[in-house]
Amino acid sequence: MSYLSTLGGERFRFGSLARLLAAASPERSGDRLAGLAAASAQERVAARWALAEVPLATFLTEPVIPYETDDVTRLILDTHDADAFAPVAGMTVGELREWLLAADGPALAALAPGLTPEMAAAVSKLMSNADLVAVARKVRVVTAFRSTIGLPGRLATRLQPNHPTDDPAGVAAALLDGLLLGSGDAVIGINPATDSPKAVRGLLELVDGVIGRYSIPTQSSVLCHISMSVQLMAQGAPVDLVFQSIAGTQAANASFGVTLGLLDEAYEAARALGRGTVGDNVMYFETGQGSALSADAHHGVDQQTVEARAYAVARRYRPLLVNTVVGFIGPEYLYDGRQILRAALEDHFCGKILGLPMGLDICYTNHADADDDDVATMLTMLAVAGASFVICTPGGDDIMLNYQSASYHDALYLREVLGLRPAPEFEAWLESVGLLDERGAIKDVSGAHPLTAIGRELAA
Amino acid sequence: MSEVTLPGGELWPALRARTQARIGLGRAGSALPTRHRLALQAAHAAARDAVHSPFEPDTVAAGLAGLATVRVRSAAGDRPTYLQRPDLGRRLHPTDRAHLPVGDWDVVFVVADGLSSRAVHEHAAAMVRETAARLPGWRVAPVVLAEQARVALGDDIAHAMGAAMVVVLIGERPGMSAADSLGAYLTYRPTPGVTTDADRNCLSNIRPPLGLTYEAAAGKLAGLMGKGRELGVTGVGLKDESDHANVIDWLP
Repeated sequence: MSYLSTLGGERFRFGSLARLLAAASPERSGDRLAGLAAASAQERVAARWALAEVPLATFLTEPVIPYETDDVTRLILDTHDADAFAPVAGMTVGELREWLLAADGPALAALAPGLTPEMAAAVSKLMSNADLVAVARKVRVVTAFRSTIGLPGRLATRLQPNHPTDDPAGVAAALLDGLLLGSGDAVIGINPATDSPKAVRGLLELVDGVIGRYSIPTQSSVLCHISMSVQLMAQGAPVDLVFQSIAGTQAANASFGVTLGLLDEAYEAARALGRGTVGDNVMYFETGQGSALSADAHHGVDQQTVEARAYAVARRYRPLLVNTVVGFIGPEYLYDGRQILRAALEDHFCGKILGLPMGLDICYTNHADADDDDVATMLTMLAVAGASFVICTPGGDDIMLNYQSASYHDALYLREVLGLRPAPEFEAWLESVGLLDERGAIKDVSGAHPLTAIGRELAA
Repeated sequence: MSEVTLPGGELWPALRARTQARIGLGRAGSALPTRHRLALQAAHAAARDAVHSPFEPDTVAAGLAGLATVRVRSAAGDRPTYLQRPDLGRRLHPTDRAHLPVGDWDVVFVVADGLSSRAVHEHAAAMVRETAARLPGWRVAPVVLAEQARVALGDDIAHAMGAAMVVVLIGERPGMSAADSLGAYLTYRPTPGVTTDADRNCLSNIRPPLGLTYEAAAGKLAGLMGKGRELGVTGVGLKDESDHANVIDWLP
């Protein structure tokens, strides 16, 4: 089916729903690299006029990637909840935008299983940055393991104590630094530099030891491939959260070495361990615009729509955390701070209205046109939008992954200016170990504080 | 500027010995103390300048001790295009193909700006000299100096020149601790569009004195070249003690 639009006396034709979505997408380098972007600013707006008129029901009959060849499409259509969809079933994309802006939180939460990722992506393309904040802010998605993520007025953080050689003392030193700055309630998560099960298990045991010894109400994750997590769980390693990068097409997931079957297996294995204390959300997913194009597996679908499709994969597993990594992939996908900000707001919005506990790694590489001021701007907008968590690194600089992200200080800034607090269990723990002052703000402690043994013992 | 109270002040020097991570920075309110904020900016500025400084082929040519050179451009016309269109950085500029001398070359060295012209200005000429000196009897083609170039541009160049092997010396993506890191990528009989990153061997972090020295890198590279020529293969088929998989992830 093709879509027509006339703007300023010029007639535009879009050959398919996928072409229309791509042309309507706000400008970004990745869509140009893929040859999918609108050819002009006017064509882009013409596409939005046409998209606004598309009935939502069309998304259930015209998949952007064929049902027969892609298991993510099958997952999306087979699990679509017609009852939840009912309140908006007769609407167009343009009408959905207005409905979302007027709806309250419970109505949005009830709608989530009735929305497909493509509907979410489509409506986001008609929304301003402010719209994306205003709607997402109304949605609270609450998940739990040893801490509770996503409650109103709360912002959690991932403590990311990476080290280029996985040196235990180096990791422990960075872990201590993050804890003393009040970070780590979403997860203490390490990207391993090496791919060996032995090294990964060593890191798991290190963090598990710290969590156990100091009774920290949080969870650990070592971000290895999911097949290794399955293997390590079978061997009795202390796996709290199972991590995996996922994408929005079967072919892109295959490039990550992931199938829905493997995800099912890992999900069941992690739940069976029963390691959570206040909840049983056991999965930690990462996504990011551009990954499908990078794997040459985008099927002519624009990068934001493909990204939203990854959320269909995520929501099947009731994850504790879904982290969209925005800005890591490089300027050929998101060129500058403006494009990274837009992508961050879109991903957070789409994830939230699809019912996911969305957080973000707000970051940039040195060849993108962005800096720490962009990070500050993005963090502020995303915290206002109600992001569940953000990734934090020592001083905003990850020495293992070679990129810059938010710092623990940035999270303290967000708490200070927006009155946000950590997860309740973690906040109580911070208080119990003397890290909070009478106003609930983080407090400096001396080098004799018991927690410092984390770093001291391994450094010795 | 005032020194800010550091929590656990006496603790951090010992811990910093175990990691380069920016730990124990202290706070000014919720924020970084001034000196740490400026230190972060300084590292980022060095990286940004390395990415955006123009490539100076004359600087490299002057260091090549009289070796013949040829200059080419990729199909990416400027830096913003280069950064957003990696596909264009892998293709020769249409008019520059004619500059390349065809011959029965055993190897061609391609000096490519990549993501750090600074790395190339500082280290590439010495690497060519040191490596060529370890290749007695090899027919070495004129050194190709390539602007707005990605690693795979070497495939196009070697193919056009009839060279059996290509060594691309290229500026790596600058990090916060190093903006002058040079990479070397070795490929046997590349075919544009067919050759993949799995067909290459690479050495990373060439930047004396903190990274690999020229002598060490050239020795290793010449060894790989000899073995590759003997076996008629490079990449995963050519065993290499360097960390192949890890380096490929950061291919400029």
